[in-house]
Amino acid sequence: MIAGANLPLDLRRKRSWRSTKSTLMTLLMGAAVVAVVIPLAAVLWSVISRGAGVMFKDFPAFFTAEVPLISRKAGPGMGPAIVGTLLSTGGATLIAVPLGILGAVFLHEYGGGSKFAKLVRFMTTVMTGVPSIVMGLFVYLTWTLRFGYSAFGGALALACLMLPVVISSTEQMLKLVPSNLREAAYALGTSKSRTILTVVLPAALPGIVSGALLAIARAAGETAPLLFAVGAAHAYNPHLFTEANTALSLQIFGNATSSFVAAQDRAWGAALTLMTLTFMLTLVARIFTARFALKR
Amino acid sequence: MLDLRGKSATGDRAFRWIAIGAAALVLLVLGLVALVMTSRAGPVLSKMGVDFFTSARWSAPDALFGALPFIWGTLFTALIALAIAVPVSLGVALFVTQVAPRWMKKPMVYLIDLLAVVPSVVFGLWGVLVLSQHFGLGRSFLTAGIILAVMITPIITSLAREVIETTPPSDKEAALALGATRWEMITATVLPHSRGGLVGAVMLGLGRALGETIAAALVIGSALGQITVNPFAPGNSMPAVIANEWGEADDMHKSALIALAVTLFVITIAVNLVATAIVQRSMRRSGGKA
Repeated sequence: MIAGANLPLDLRRKRSWRSTKSTLMTLLMGAAVVAVVIPLAAVLWSVISRGAGVMFKDFPAFFTAEVPLISRKAGPGMGPAIVGTLLSTGGATLIAVPLGILGAVFLHEYGGGSKFAKLVRFMTTVMTGVPSIVMGLFVYLTWTLRFGYSAFGGALALACLMLPVVISSTEQMLKLVPSNLREAAYALGTSKSRTILTVVLPAALPGIVSGALLAIARAAGETAPLLFAVGAAHAYNPHLFTEANTALSLQIFGNATSSFVAAQDRAWGAALTLMTLTFMLTLVARIFTARFALKR
Repeated sequence: MLDLRGKSATGDRAFRWIAIGAAALVLLVLGLVALVMTSRAGPVLSKMGVDFFTSARWSAPDALFGALPFIWGTLFTALIALAIAVPVSLGVALFVTQVAPRWMKKPMVYLIDLLAVVPSVVFGLWGVLVLSQHFGLGRSFLTAGIILAVMITPIITSLAREVIETTPPSDKEAALALGATRWEMITATVLPHSRGGLVGAVMLGLGRALGETIAAALVIGSALGQITVNPFAPGNSMPAVIANEWGEADDMHKSALIALAVTLFVITIAVNLVATAIVQRSMRRSGGKA
C-alpha cells in the first residue's frame, strides 16, 4: 500500500486467480439456472405445441367426445377423462380438506405440546413421505377388492395423499394467527369451539385455502394412486361410487407408450388439459397467498 | 391463558373430540397401510425368505420372486437423479440467494416452483416421446434418472434456498470485509453454516426420487433382471414393476408386488425420517424456521 513518493496510488483490482475463480463459479451458478430452465421450457413447449394442435383441431369435441375404443383411430375425446379427474379429485378434496383442517385445529389449538399431538405431527411427516403407489395399492386392497372400480376409490387414495399435506400447511397458517385474537374472544365469554370457528379459522382462511389448492393441484396430477382403484373406462361415468371410471392422468399414462400416433396425440392433448388445470389451481393459490394471507 | 368458559358446553366438547378424531385418522390410516400391506406381502416373503431381497431371478410363471434387480434399479436411478440434481439445485439456490439482484429473485423462485407443478405423468410423457426418442437415449436408467432429476430439482432447490438464507449476514459481511471474493465468502460462511440443512434437503429429494412411480415406469425400459452400472441399459425399478405388472398378475405375483411396495415403503420412510431429522436439527441450530 505504500506507493512511491509522487506516484498516483493505483487501487484498481488486479485480475487475480482468486477473482477469476469467483467469476467462474458465479458463471457456473448461472449455468445451473439455465440447466433448470431448459427442461422446463422444453416440456412446456412440447406439451403446448403438440397438445394445442390436438385440442383445437376438433375444438369443442376434444373436451366433450368419449375416448375412442380403438386407440389407433384418430380423433377426439377426453370428455370422460375430464369428468373422471374432476370426480376423483373433487371427492378427495371433500374428504381430505375438512379432515385435514380439523386435524390441524387439534394439533395447534388443543394438542400443543402433548405427547399425542407430537405423535400425530410425527406421523403426519411420515405419511407425507409414503410413495403414492403404496397408497394406491392400499386402497385397492381395502376398498376396490370389496366394492369394485369407481372414481371414489381414486378419491380415497388421493385423499390419503392430501391429508398430511393439508394438515401441515393448515397448522403453519394457524401458527400465524395472533393469540390476542383468541384472548379477545375468550374475554368476551366465547367458548373455545366458537372462537376457533368464528375467529381463528376465518383469520387463517386465505392461507388455508391456498395450501389446500396446492394440495388439490398435486392430487389432480397424480396417476399411481388411481391406477388400481379407478379402472379403465372409455365412456362417460358421472357416478362417483359405481362403475369403472378414467382420468386425464390415466389416459396420458395409457397412451404414452402406445405406438399409434393418434393415441400419442390424445396423450398430448390430455397433458395440456391437465397442466392447464393444475397451473390454474396453483395460480389461484398464489393470488390468495399474495393478496389475503397472513404474513410471517 | 385464563380459562373462564362454562363447563357444561357440550358442543364445545363435541368439537374437541371431532378434532381429536381427525388427528387420530392419520395414525389409523398409517397403521392400516402398514398392517394390510405386510399381511398381504406375507405369503411371498415367507416363501422366498431372504431370497426376495438377494435373488436376481424374477419369474412369475415359476413363482420365483427375487427383487434385487428392482431394488438396484430404484437405487441406481435415484443416484443418477441425485448426481444431476444436487449440483444444479445447489447452483440455482446459491445464484438466487447470493448473486441475483433483488428484483430477479421472486420471478426465479416462481419459475423453479413451476417445475414442481408439472404432473409427473407429463414428465413421463415427455420423457418417453421426446427425450428418449429424439435424443438417442432410449428407455434406460439414464433417461429415468434425468426425468427424476428434473422432478426433484425444485424440491432440493427450495429447501436449499431456505437453509442458505439463514446464514447470518454479519458472517458474510465479515468475510467480504476481509477481502474474500464472492466464492470465497460462500465456501467460508454460507456452505459450512448450511451443511446440515443441505444434506437434509438432498435426502428429501432422494426420498421423492425413490417413491416416484409413473415417470420412471414410462421411461426406464421395463427390462427384467438387469443389475448393471451401465446407465444406458434399460432396467426396472420397484414402483415401475408394480405399475406395469399389476394388471396381469395372479395371486402370488400380486403378493410379490405388494412385498415390493412394502420394501419401497420402508426405504422411503427411513430416508424421509433421517432427512427431516437433519433438516429440523440444522434449522433449529441456525435459528431459522423449519
